[in-house]
Amino acid sequence: MSRAAKASSWGRRKTGRRSMTLYAEGEPMVWLTGGALGVALLMIVFMVLYVGFMGAANFWPQPIVELATARGETFLGEVTRRQHYRPTVAQLAGVPPEIRTVVQRELAQHDGMVERRLVRTGNFDLTGTRFHWVSGYDVIEEHRPEWALVFERMEWGNFYGYPRAFTVDGRLVAELPEDVWERFRGTHSEVRDRWRARKRLETRDIGRANREQEQARLAWVEAERGHARGRVGDEALAAARSAYEETLARVRQEHARITEQIRELNRENARYAILVQTVDGREKALHLEDVVRAYPANRLSPVGKTGVFASRWREYLLDDPREANQEGGVYPAIVGTVTMTLVMTLFVVPFGVLAALYLREYARAGPLVSAVRIAINNLAGVPSIVFGVFGLGFFCYIFGGHLDEWFYAARLPAPTFRKGGVLWASLTLALLTLPVVIVATEEALAAVPGSMREGSYACGASKWQTIKRIVLPRAMPGIMTGMILAMARGAGEVAPLMLVGAVKLAPDLPLDFSNWSGTLGPLPTGPVHLDRSFMHLGFHIYDVGFQSPDSEAARPMVFTTTLLLIGIILALNIGAMVLRSKLRKRFMTEAF
Amino acid sequence: MTKEIMQTLDRSGVGGSGRSRSSERLAAIERGEPVRPEVHPSVEKEQGVLDIVDFCLWYGTAQALHDIAMKIPKGKVTAMIGPSGCGKSTLLRSVNRLNDLIDTVRIRGDMVLNGASIYAPGVDVIELRKRMGMVFQKSNPFPMSIYENVVYSLRIDGERNRKTLDAVCERSLRGAALWEEVKDRLQESALGLSGGQQQRLCIARAIAAEPEVLLMDEPCSALDPIATNRIEELIHELKGEYTILIVTHNMQQAARVSDFTAFMYLGRVIEYGRTEAIFQRPRLVETQDYVTGRFG
Repeated sequence: MSRAAKASSWGRRKTGRRSMTLYAEGEPMVWLTGGALGVALLMIVFMVLYVGFMGAANFWPQPIVELATARGETFLGEVTRRQHYRPTVAQLAGVPPEIRTVVQRELAQHDGMVERRLVRTGNFDLTGTRFHWVSGYDVIEEHRPEWALVFERMEWGNFYGYPRAFTVDGRLVAELPEDVWERFRGTHSEVRDRWRARKRLETRDIGRANREQEQARLAWVEAERGHARGRVGDEALAAARSAYEETLARVRQEHARITEQIRELNRENARYAILVQTVDGREKALHLEDVVRAYPANRLSPVGKTGVFASRWREYLLDDPREANQEGGVYPAIVGTVTMTLVMTLFVVPFGVLAALYLREYARAGPLVSAVRIAINNLAGVPSIVFGVFGLGFFCYIFGGHLDEWFYAARLPAPTFRKGGVLWASLTLALLTLPVVIVATEEALAAVPGSMREGSYACGASKWQTIKRIVLPRAMPGIMTGMILAMARGAGEVAPLMLVGAVKLAPDLPLDFSNWSGTLGPLPTGPVHLDRSFMHLGFHIYDVGFQSPDSEAARPMVFTTTLLLIGIILALNIGAMVLRSKLRKRFMTEAF
Repeated sequence: MTKEIMQTLDRSGVGGSGRSRSSERLAAIERGEPVRPEVHPSVEKEQGVLDIVDFCLWYGTAQALHDIAMKIPKGKVTAMIGPSGCGKSTLLRSVNRLNDLIDTVRIRGDMVLNGASIYAPGVDVIELRKRMGMVFQKSNPFPMSIYENVVYSLRIDGERNRKTLDAVCERSLRGAALWEEVKDRLQESALGLSGGQQQRLCIARAIAAEPEVLLMDEPCSALDPIATNRIEELIHELKGEYTILIVTHNMQQAARVSDFTAFMYLGRVIEYGRTEAIFQRPRLVETQDYVTGRFG
């Protein structure tokens, strides 16, 4: 090649280069793909932030306002919402003549819209309503009274009013607001302690006595059934019967003793009451026992508000619900959700891993295996309610029916397993999440390098030894990923649970450390009561949000419960992820 | 001796006339006709440990090995060389029946290890593999500690005696010239070792069960020259104690480490004899061409 030719070819390349810039250009797909991701993230972040804010702010104590309207009404309560609306002609016709001009000017200014506030006025037992809309133009006077008190009650919801007197045994002992409040604070916590002691007696001690009686009765029924078939002699039957009667007598005594204790506690608690007056002048005596929490909202310092906030969160996380789940805690639902998810994991992971092992390691690749794989993937697309129906029909009625016949015959006709319960809910969800685990496990198994398997075989390991010692440990992080996905999916599922065991209000917890008599047929399961129906956070959200008598009051609860459910799923996932990263560090470090 | 061979290799291209010699033998092989391998009498004089008897192997319908007949001398290093795809690795993997894992493989013929047939019906493949150690091209330590890697073959036999395991671990790691480097971190993950150390760990694992034959499938191809040197020294040290069968792409390596060399081409053994004979005085022009780098 001549020198000139070389130079020209070099020069051409140079000119070609000069037309380019260092900046990347002409990559429209970056914007398209990045934009799609951005929009998706934005929606998720917005949703999480919204739920987080609404849920977390729910328990912060709000100030109490007293509003006097031109119509002569007064309202006392918390402002929960504001909105602009267009009043109808009929509504405007009711406006008193003296403020009509003001209203008309305001309407003209704001294009026919006016502001109104939703005031939570409580006092449902007196007024028959909990909320009032108050239009901005109606208000002629507004202030925050110092001694307005909020009472959260066991029944009838909140009470808003002014303290008038504190009574002990019907005698007035304080009348000034400061004194009344001081007496209330001094007495309330011990009254609540007694109430809690009473509740413990009612649930735990009476429950234990009843259980004892029930067990004796079952033994007797069992003996009678045996006798009818000629397997139990007359003497044994008589012994069982007398044992039952003995127990019955003892339980009756126990009952009498507990009832006496309860009566004692009630008597002491009934002595204390606080006399309160509503904003429209009606008086009501509140028994201290019925008051969950009370605070002078407008006198609270930030520290005091934080105290109320913390106390409400504690109640929410650790107490039973009240007022048709609209208030109180969700502790049973937390326990139910976590128990169900863990039992589900216990079922789905071993089954899924074994199935995936067969598919990937043992089955000979062919059309049948491909068909099975496709079927498994399609299983993930079946509507979850279908799994619920299947669970109800197959697990509850067929499986549970047989379990009852074989192991719980003495309790019939009351069903033990032939109804919704944790076990059937867990199994149904295990079925639902099985494809997730199988697919993730298969991928993890496929990712184990063939060289490792060959190394193991070359050492003289059998197939199962290779799987157990090399393949499974190496695939463990991937299997954990499948487990995490399954748990997240299972914990958030609601529809099938409605059919197989989630209930609005469960009398007992599925995980009960005060009662170690749980059984599954012949197997003892200790504190896990697999036959019990349970409360579930997801179902709780549906129930409170859409089935409660007062959706306005339930609204904040829906947000808080959603936040909690997301938090629990996050916690379960983070736990599993920490475990996974530990395993990954152990098995996956590559050095070169 | 080795030096002379190196010189021969360096002279590649000098001895020939420059044109590629058309070979009647290679042409016959390519036509698929049977060709008798050139086996030096020096091999026949050795005491054999493994006899390969007219061994053929097919992947599906493609025949990969054609009537291989070889005697592997006891306590010596035998290298197999040849161009890519000539069947060296396949032959090596047939010795411990690792090819059984591939569904489509069919075989004919037999191999005899110390008088016992490898491919006879009813042979326990797992027992067979325990009598051989294998080192692979890419080091494949298991995802467990260094200690557990070395004693793996004992573990799967159910050995639990801590003293026995400790002794085997130390002996094997010393045998693989790795003991001094890892003796303080036996319980750490084997995956944290360097590439060369990993490969020596695999050798330690392979000799832990005191195998009758040690199979090495291009053990140095993924290593740098220094690590390669260590492994080659190690092969020298292991020689005598173990019979070693090594597949290599690297002719210098074959010349450096082996006592016997088999040249393979298209699934056949072309020439088999003492290493110095193969490299310096090959009987066939094809071998001469290959070892001097004119083809392949």
